[in-house]
Amino acid sequence: MGAVYALIALGLTLIYGVLHIINFAHGASLMVALYGVYFLKQKLNIDPYLALPIVAPAMFAFGYGLQRIVINRASHGKDENILLVTLGISIVLENLALLFFKSDTYSIDTAYTLATISIGPAVVPLSKVIAFVGALAVSSILLIIMHRTDLGRAIRAVAKEKQGARLMGIDVDHVYALSFGIGLACLGAAACFLLPAYYVNPLVGNGFVLIAFTIVVLGGMGSFVGALLGGLLIGVVESIGGLVLGESLGQVGIFIIFIAVLLFRPQGLFGSRQ
Amino acid sequence: MNLLSVHNLSRTFGAVHAVQNVSMTVPRGSLTALIGPNGAGKTTLFSLISGFSLPDSGKVIFDGKDITGQAPHRSASLGLTRTFQIVQPFAAQTVRENIAVGAHLHHPKRSEALRSAQAVAQRVGLAALLDKPAKDLTVAGRKRLELARALATQPKLILLDEVLAGLNPQEIQEMLPVVQGLVEGGITVLMIEHVMQAVMNLAQQVWVLAHGQLIAQGTPSEVTQNPQVIQAYLGHGAAARLQKISQKTQ
Amino acid sequence: MKDIRLIALFTVTVALIPVFIRSGVVLNFLMMGLYATLLAQAWNVLGGFGGQFSFGHALFFGTGAYVQAIAQLQLDVNPWCALLLAMAVGSTVGAFVGAVSFRFGLKGSYFALITLAFAEVFRIVALSVPFTGAGVGLMLPLREATANMQFSSRSGYIWLILGLVTLALLMTAWLRHSRFGAYLQAVRDNEDAARAIGVNASSTKLWATMMSAMLMAAAGAFYFQVFQYIDPGLAFGPHTSVEALVGAIVGGMGTLWGPLLGALVLHVLSDLTRNLFGQLPGISMVVYGSVLILIMLFLPRGISGVGSSWHTLFKNNRQGL
Repeated sequence: MGAVYALIALGLTLIYGVLHIINFAHGASLMVALYGVYFLKQKLNIDPYLALPIVAPAMFAFGYGLQRIVINRASHGKDENILLVTLGISIVLENLALLFFKSDTYSIDTAYTLATISIGPAVVPLSKVIAFVGALAVSSILLIIMHRTDLGRAIRAVAKEKQGARLMGIDVDHVYALSFGIGLACLGAAACFLLPAYYVNPLVGNGFVLIAFTIVVLGGMGSFVGALLGGLLIGVVESIGGLVLGESLGQVGIFIIFIAVLLFRPQGLFGSRQ
Repeated sequence: MNLLSVHNLSRTFGAVHAVQNVSMTVPRGSLTALIGPNGAGKTTLFSLISGFSLPDSGKVIFDGKDITGQAPHRSASLGLTRTFQIVQPFAAQTVRENIAVGAHLHHPKRSEALRSAQAVAQRVGLAALLDKPAKDLTVAGRKRLELARALATQPKLILLDEVLAGLNPQEIQEMLPVVQGLVEGGITVLMIEHVMQAVMNLAQQVWVLAHGQLIAQGTPSEVTQNPQVIQAYLGHGAAARLQKISQKTQ
Repeated sequence: MKDIRLIALFTVTVALIPVFIRSGVVLNFLMMGLYATLLAQAWNVLGGFGGQFSFGHALFFGTGAYVQAIAQLQLDVNPWCALLLAMAVGSTVGAFVGAVSFRFGLKGSYFALITLAFAEVFRIVALSVPFTGAGVGLMLPLREATANMQFSSRSGYIWLILGLVTLALLMTAWLRHSRFGAYLQAVRDNEDAARAIGVNASSTKLWATMMSAMLMAAAGAFYFQVFQYIDPGLAFGPHTSVEALVGAIVGGMGTLWGPLLGALVLHVLSDLTRNLFGQLPGISMVVYGSVLILIMLFLPRGISGVGSSWHTLFKNNRQGL
C-alpha cells in the first residue's frame, strides 16, 4: 500500500512544488478517478489495469481544465484564495458523488481479486503486489520525466523561478495547468492500482488525502524522493498501527505524526521550507 | 555616547557566512550609513539587530540594554524599529490606518492613535493621501508610508533599509529632506543605502560591509577613497587601475 | 459610535419578531439563520480579521456541544452555567491549538491543515471514547423550562441565539475600534511589518483564536440545546466547518455585518435547494462548495465587498474624480 500512497503523494507534491498551492481537492479527485475505473469495469468490462491508458489521460485532461479554467482565474493572484477554491472543489466533488451514488460502497470482482501469491513466508494478495509494483513503476516514470525531458525541465524551472521562466519564453500558465494535470493523472494511475485491492465510496478520498498530506509533509513539500520514501514509510506505519490499535485509532496515529511533523519539522525529511 | 553597539555578530546560513564577526557602533543622534556591494549581508545584519533573525554568536546592545535575539516587537517598544527593503504596507488599509498601527505602540486608545497618525502624516508630507488605501500609492508614496509608520512608534533608532531604492531622481530629492528631518527631530538613523548621493550628503559616519565582513569605517569622503572599498565594489585591482588613470590625467 | 447604535437597532428589531409573528416557518428560519450567523461570525474573527484560515473550526463547535451535553447529563450542571463552561472550555481548546500552531510559526495552508487534522482527531476520539457516547452520541431528555434552557416555543431559542449573536457583533465591533483589532488586522495584512512596529504577532493571533473558539463553542452548545442530540460526526465533521467559513467569506471577511449577510444568503439557498430537490444527501454541501467557488471567481471580497466598491465609486463620482 505504501507505494500507492507514494504515488498519490507524488501528485500532491508536484502540484505543491510547482504551483505552491496545497491542493485540497486531491482526495476528491482520487475519488473521481476511482469511480471512473469502477464504471469502466462495470459498464464496459475493461480491466482496471488495462484502464490505465484511459483513466490517466482523462484525469490529466480534467486536471488541466480545472486549473486553467477555474483555479487560475479564481486565485486573483493570492495564495489564500487558491486554498479556498480547492476546498470548494473538493466539497462539490465529494457531495455530488454522495448525491449520485449515495454512500454505498462499491468494489469490483475480477479474476484475480482473491488470488494470492507467496513471498517467502508471507501470503500476500496478488492485487496488492501488482499495486506495489505498478505504483513504483509509474513513480519512476514520473521521476524520469521530471529530470530527463524538456517538459520536466520546464516544470522545474517554473517551480523555482516563475518570472525567470516566463522571460525564457515558457508559458507559465500552460505549465501550471500541465503540472496540475500530471498530478491528477498520477491519481488516475493510482486509482487503477487501488480499486482491485480496495473499494470506492464518496468519502474514500478523505482517508487517502490525509495520508497523502502526511506523506508530503513528512517527505518534504516539493521533494519527490521524499514523497516516495514517505509513502513507503507511512504504509508500514499504517499496517503496524492498524494491527496494534485497531483501524480507527490507527488513523489517529497517522494524524499525530502529521501534526508532529507540521510542528517540529515542517520542511520534512528532504524538502525546503517555502 | 553610542545608542547602538554591535559586538562580534555572526550568522551563517548553511554554507554561506552571511555576517562574520561584525562589530560596529552608532552614536546617539547621528545619521550613520551602512554600505556595501549586493549580497554583502547588510539586510541580514539589520535582521539580526532587530530580532527577525537569531545570531549564531555575538551581542547587540541598544540604549544600554542587551537585546540580542529579542523579539522585534519588544525592541520596538524599547525604541528600535526598522523598515524593509521591499516595502510592506498593510495594503488593504488606508494610509491613516497604516500609520495608526505604529502609533498604537504609545497610544492605546483608537481615537488618539488616529490623531497621532494624522500628525505624523503631516510631518512626512502624506497628509493629502491620508484616506487613500495603501495599495493605491506609488512606490515613493509607499516608502514614505513605511517611514511614517516607523516614525509613529516614537523610536529612538530607525533602521532604514534602502529607503531610496526604486525612486527616480526627483523623488530622491524629495525624500532626502524627510530623512534629514528625522535626525533633526532627534531620532538616530542607521541606513542601508546604495544611492551614493544620499550617503555623501547625509551621513556623518559610514560603515562598509563586503562578504559579511566590515572592511572600512569613517566619514563619507574617507570611505569612498579607501582602496579596499573601491575594490569591493569594482573588483580586484580596480583601485590600482583607478589610481593609474588619475595619475595619467594629472 | 455608529456601530453600537446599529447593533442595538438590529437586536431590538429582531427580538420583537417572535412577539408579533407566530408562523413556525418564519421563526424556524430566523432561528437557524441566526445560528448560521453565529458560526460565520466566529470564523470571521480569526479568518476575516486575523487572516488565519481554519478549515477545522468544527473542533471548537464540537467541544462546546459535548461540554454542554456532558455537563448536564453526567455532572448535573445547570444548562446556563454549562453554556458558560462550554465557552470557557472551547476557548481553552482554542488557546491550545493557537499556542501550538503559532509558537511553531504555522501559517496559511499549514495552519488550515493542522486545524483540519485536530478536528479529525477529536472526531475519531469522540467515536471511540465511552463518555462521549461513542458512535451513538449523547441525547438530552426533554424537560421544558426556562431554567433548563429548553423552551416550549421557538421564541425562547430565538432570544437565546440572538443574545449570542449580539455578543459576537459587539466583539466584532470592538475589533474594528480597538488597538487589539488594529494589531490583529496588521498581522493579517503583513505580519513582519507589524512585528517591526511593536505588535506581538503570536500572542495577538492566540487571543483571536481564543475569541473565535469561544463563540464557536457557544454555537455548539446552542445546537445541542435545540436539537437535544450530538454525535461525533455532527460535532466535529466538515459540515459545520464549511458552513462557518463559507458564510463568512460569502458575506465579506473582516466586516461587521458580512457574516450575517453571508449566513442568510447561504441559508436561503440551502432552503431553496431543499424545497426544489428534497432531502438529498450532500446537496447543501454541493451548494456551499459551488457558492464558494463562484464567490472566489467573481466576488472574492464577498457581498459586502460589492457594497463597499459601489460606495467608493459613488463617493468618487460625487467628488468629480
